[in-house]
Formats: sequence, C-alpha cells, structure tokens
Amino acid sequence: MEAVAFYIIAAIAVFGALLMITRRNPLAGAFSLVVSLIALAGIYAMLRAELIFILQILVYAGAIMVLVIFTIMLLNLREEELEEPPAGKIKTLIILAAVAFGCYGIIKVLSGAPDEVPRVPENFGSVEKVGELMLTSYLYPFEIISVVLLVAIVGVVLLAKKVI
Amino acid sequence: MITLDHYLYLSAILFFIGVFGVLFRRNLIVILMSIELMLNAVNLSFIAFSRYTASMDGHVFAFFVMAVAAAEAGIGLAILVMLFRNRRTVQADDLTLMRD
Amino acid sequence: MNLELLEGCTREMAENLIIIAKTLFVIAMAFGFLLVVIWFERKGSAFIQDRVGPNRAAILGVRLAGFIQNFADVTKLIMKEMFIPGEVNRIYFILAPFIGFTFILTSFAVIPFADNLRIGGFDIPMQVADLNVGVLYILAITSLNVYGIVLAGWSSNNKFSLLGGLRSTAQMISYEIPLGLSIVGIFMVFGSLHLNEIVRAQGELLFGFLPRWGIFVQPLGFIIFISAAYAEANRTPFDIPEGESEIVAGYHVEYSGMRFALFYMGEYIALVLSSALVVTLFFGGWQIPYLDTSDLIRHASVVLKVLLLGGAAMSLAAAIAFIGYAKRLKGTWGDIHDREGHVLTTFAVLALAVFLVVLFWLWNVEFPDWAARTIALISQVGMFLIKVLFFGWLFIWVRWTLPRFRYDQLMGLGWKALIPLSFINILISGLVILLVQR
Repeated sequence: MEAVAFYIIAAIAVFGALLMITRRNPLAGAFSLVVSLIALAGIYAMLRAELIFILQILVYAGAIMVLVIFTIMLLNLREEELEEPPAGKIKTLIILAAVAFGCYGIIKVLSGAPDEVPRVPENFGSVEKVGELMLTSYLYPFEIISVVLLVAIVGVVLLAKKVI
Repeated sequence: MITLDHYLYLSAILFFIGVFGVLFRRNLIVILMSIELMLNAVNLSFIAFSRYTASMDGHVFAFFVMAVAAAEAGIGLAILVMLFRNRRTVQADDLTLMRD
Repeated sequence: MNLELLEGCTREMAENLIIIAKTLFVIAMAFGFLLVVIWFERKGSAFIQDRVGPNRAAILGVRLAGFIQNFADVTKLIMKEMFIPGEVNRIYFILAPFIGFTFILTSFAVIPFADNLRIGGFDIPMQVADLNVGVLYILAITSLNVYGIVLAGWSSNNKFSLLGGLRSTAQMISYEIPLGLSIVGIFMVFGSLHLNEIVRAQGELLFGFLPRWGIFVQPLGFIIFISAAYAEANRTPFDIPEGESEIVAGYHVEYSGMRFALFYMGEYIALVLSSALVVTLFFGGWQIPYLDTSDLIRHASVVLKVLLLGGAAMSLAAAIAFIGYAKRLKGTWGDIHDREGHVLTTFAVLALAVFLVVLFWLWNVEFPDWAARTIALISQVGMFLIKVLFFGWLFIWVRWTLPRFRYDQLMGLGWKALIPLSFINILISGLVILLVQR
C-alpha cells in the first residue's frame, strides 16, 4: 500500500520535473514544476515531516512559484526554440550522474542509516518539536537565516526600484 | 517495503533533471526553476535521512534550505526583471557583454 | 479470536463510515451555505439599494422570497454551452476552473463544527481531517488557490484576462502575509495550531464574565485578519481582479456555462470559508457562550426543551406573518402565484404542530448518555452555522456599502499598513503574555 503510494507520487514528481525542462513555454514549465513540488510535499508527509510538508506547499508551491509565474506573466515571455543538446555536454552529464549515484551509495554505507524504518514518537516532525530544536540547538543558524532574508528584502527593493 | 534507497534515488533523479535543465536550457527563468528543483531534491534527502535515523535535525536543515531558496528566488527574479528592462531579453546566450 | 477479528473489522468499517459521513456533511454544508449566501447577495443588495430583487422564479407558485431563483440559475448554467474560444491553451483552459474550486473545497476539511463526540467507545473529532497543523493547512491550500485564477487568466489568451490574473496574483501574495501574521497572535495566546483546541480554549471565561474569544484577546489581530480575508476572497472593497467596470470581469471573461459557474461558486465558497475561519479563530467557533460541552450534556433535556420551544415560537410567528402575507397577496397575480401565502402558512403551522408534539412527547423522558451527547452536538453545530451565516451576511453588507479601492491604495494598505500593524500586534501580544505569566 505504502509502496504503491510512493511509486505513484514519485512518478508524478519525476514527470513534472521532466515536463519543466522540456516545455518550450516557460509558463507551462512553471506549472509542471508546481505539480512536481506538490508531489514532493506528499512524499514529505509519508516521511512524517508534518511541518516541512506544510512549508513545502506554503512556501514553495504557494509563494516562490507564484512569484516565478508572476514574473513570467509580467515579462510576457513567449515560447522559445529548444536547441539540440551538444554531445559533449551529455557525456559530462552522464559521468557526473554516475559519480553522484556512486557517492549516494558511499554516503549510505558511511551514515549507517538502517534499512528498516525506525520507530519514532507520535509528535515526530510536528511544529512544536522542530520549533524547539530550531530555537535551542540551531539558534545561531536560525538568527543568521533571518539576517539573510532581511538582506534579500533590502536587495530586492533596491534592485526593483527604478530610480535609486 | 520502501527503504532509504528509494528516497535517495528519487532525490538523485530529481537533482539530475535539475542539472540537465541548468546545462541545456537558455532561458534564465527556466534555469532558476531548475535550481529550485535541485534544492528540493537535496531537501528530500535531508528529510529521508532524518526519518531513517529518527532525528529531526534534517527537518531544521530543510527549513533553512527553504528560507535560502526563497531569498534566492526573490533576488534572482528581481535581477531578471532589471535585465529585461535594460536588455529586453532573458536568454542567457544574449547576455554576453562581459565576454565580448 | 475470530470474534475479535470480526469486531476489529466492524470497528474499522464504522470508523470509515464516520469519516465518509463527516465528509458528506461538510460538502453539504458548503453547498447549502453557497445557496444561502448567493440568495443573501441578491436580496441583500436589493434591500440595500432599495429595490425588489429576484421575485419571479417559482416552483408551483412558491417563490420563497427569491430563493428559488438559485435553482433557475443553476438550470440555466447547466444548459448553457461551454464555449472554448479559438487560440486558447485548451488543456489549461479546461483545467483552471476545477483547480480553484477543488482547493477551496478541500480547505473545509480542518474546520471543526462541534466538540468531539464520545459515543460507544469512539472519540470522534468533528472535523474531517484532525490535523495538528490546522490553520497552516488552510493557509497553504488557499495559497494554492491563486493557480486557478492565474491559469484561467493566462490560458484565455485575452489581454483583460491576463490583466485580471496579474492583478489577482499580486493582490493574493501581498495579502497572504498579513493574513498569516495576524493569526500568530492567536497561536501565542491559545498555544496551539490545532483548530479544535483553539476553539476549546475559547470556551473559558476572561475576568469571570467575558468569554475568552479571539476577538477579546486579539482585537487588532481580528481587524487585520478580516481585512486580509476580504482581500483573499476577492471581495469588494478589494475586488480589483474582477473590476467589471475596468477590465470586464477579469480572469473569467472567456468562460461560459458550468466552467464559469465553477469560478462563481468558488468565489462564494471562499467567502463561506473565510467566515467559517473568522468564526473559528475569533468568535469561539462552535462554543455557545457560557455553556461548555459538559454543561450542555448535563442539562441536555433543558437544552432540548429550549430549542423546541424556540422553534415552536418561531414557527408561530412565521405562521402569523404568513397569514397576513396571504391576505395581502390575494388577487395580485391572478394565477398560481397567489397560493404562495397559503402554502407557506400551511408549512409554518405544520412545523408548529411537529415542534409541540415532540415537546410533549419528550417532556418527561429521561435521556440516555448517547442522546444527551447528540443533543449537545446538534446545539453546537447549530451555533456554528448561525455564526457563519452572520459573517456571510457581513461580507455582503460590506460589499454593497463600500466602494472599490484604487490599485495603488490596495497595495499601500497591504504593505504599509497591515503588515507593520500585524508585527506590532505580535510584539504587544508577546509582551502581554509575558507579563500575565509572571
């Protein structure tokens, strides 16, 4: 049952991502990416990551992608011609992919993560638990992230202003 | 039975679709979206590892990645809008001022 | 062994049946409110503008003050051709109305409409999905709602549609921020994201006499929330995405028939959702002031008698009013319409009789536990529906009273007033909570 759900959701995610890079129209690509991101949110829900599941929909699908789509509509981008990918690049990509898949195996062995799913408490991944972790062990990174966001806001306002 | 491998391979596949998009597409917005896809793939491995080691640190990392992705998307799109205002294009091939 | 297995099976089946029943109830509630709110819109606007409103459509002469008009409208929209213009992006054009409508309907899943029902060994939460992240789920789903509008605006391949879609996107992402920030204060006060727990916490008393409703502990948060909710539901004074006098109805110009109806219904269901959310977060949800669930269960027979007496009194008043109406109506139409007064009077008298009979029958009955709990449940659901209905009416009242904002005023209000105000609200709430806890 769980396996069937996983394969269906994974297939949707991969299919959406593939459509994203192959559509000629950027707006159609953006919509396919949204589908892929929502499917990923489903996988997070399967992994008991409640907060990240909600944030994935709220932040990625609901805010970032809306911003991207807004920009595409604002610039009124048209369809573009897709060119054939050059052979040299494809070769590099295949080598990179092989290396990366190998690395995944190594990481898996080194990390010692077990194959069977460990039992976790009822509130694993809930807003309270992750929030607690964020404001204790990860307090400094958390504060730094807020500074990063502030810098981004200031930067965007400066960039988008017509006359400085 | 879904093991950690399944999630990691899904993550790897998504990541490489993203890499493919960055390498072969010339539209800057599509490149930006491919980068978002790659960040998402990384998030997926964080969450999967987190579940299979029964610790929630991965969730915190994923949260940070999302915050950085939001900042990156905001800045990137602002730069794109400025580019379009000045050069009337968002194709990476047309932006060769620094090279010529 | 076998018996236990069987028991487990029936238990599981019962749980599934309960979930299906709750889902059906919520969908029925949403559509019922949809009809009532559209009727409110028609008759309310007519009342405010001092005209008559729809008064012709009738079933066998019964018009129900224009309510039958809804069914005539639905019939018309179903019969109409669903036209697809040339040069549109067909897949997205057909998909767009469904996306918006589906997302809105799914967000009803976490709204609680009564306290948990403990019956026969079950502890049934009275919401379809008992999520811990309740409010965040609604925010997430409503943020996806933009896609329906954007997709419609873009795929129609029409300048007005595109403009409407653009405006709507800008407005929705701007107002999502104050919408989310304004309820942070509520989370801080009640210490939970779970909607049913928030409602339960609102049953306590503040200073011993005031119900601890969201509006009394978060007045500023309420003002910000309701403004942002009006903007999110694309209602006047924030209905710029479909300003019919500027951009001929915006993103759904090219739609007709049932596809248009989906947008139209989606808008009103969003209105109902907003009022349900306002009620849940700020007006105590299903809480009846000064009466919590245990009180209701303990005094179930009194509650039932009061409800029945109220129903009887209302049907008596209605019957008297309808008799007068029937007299005035006599001979004005000269056809089947004249009968309406008599039909309505008959129904009112029948209702009165039913109420009285039930009242006498149940006067001395001792209620078992399950019946007492069911009565408490019904009174709470009724309270919730009445509150939601009032806020639905408030939406319509505001729409026909206030003029539309200009675009820059809208953006200015969102970014320069509501967002800073909601930050101040969070700061003050934090300080007060800290002082109270000391």
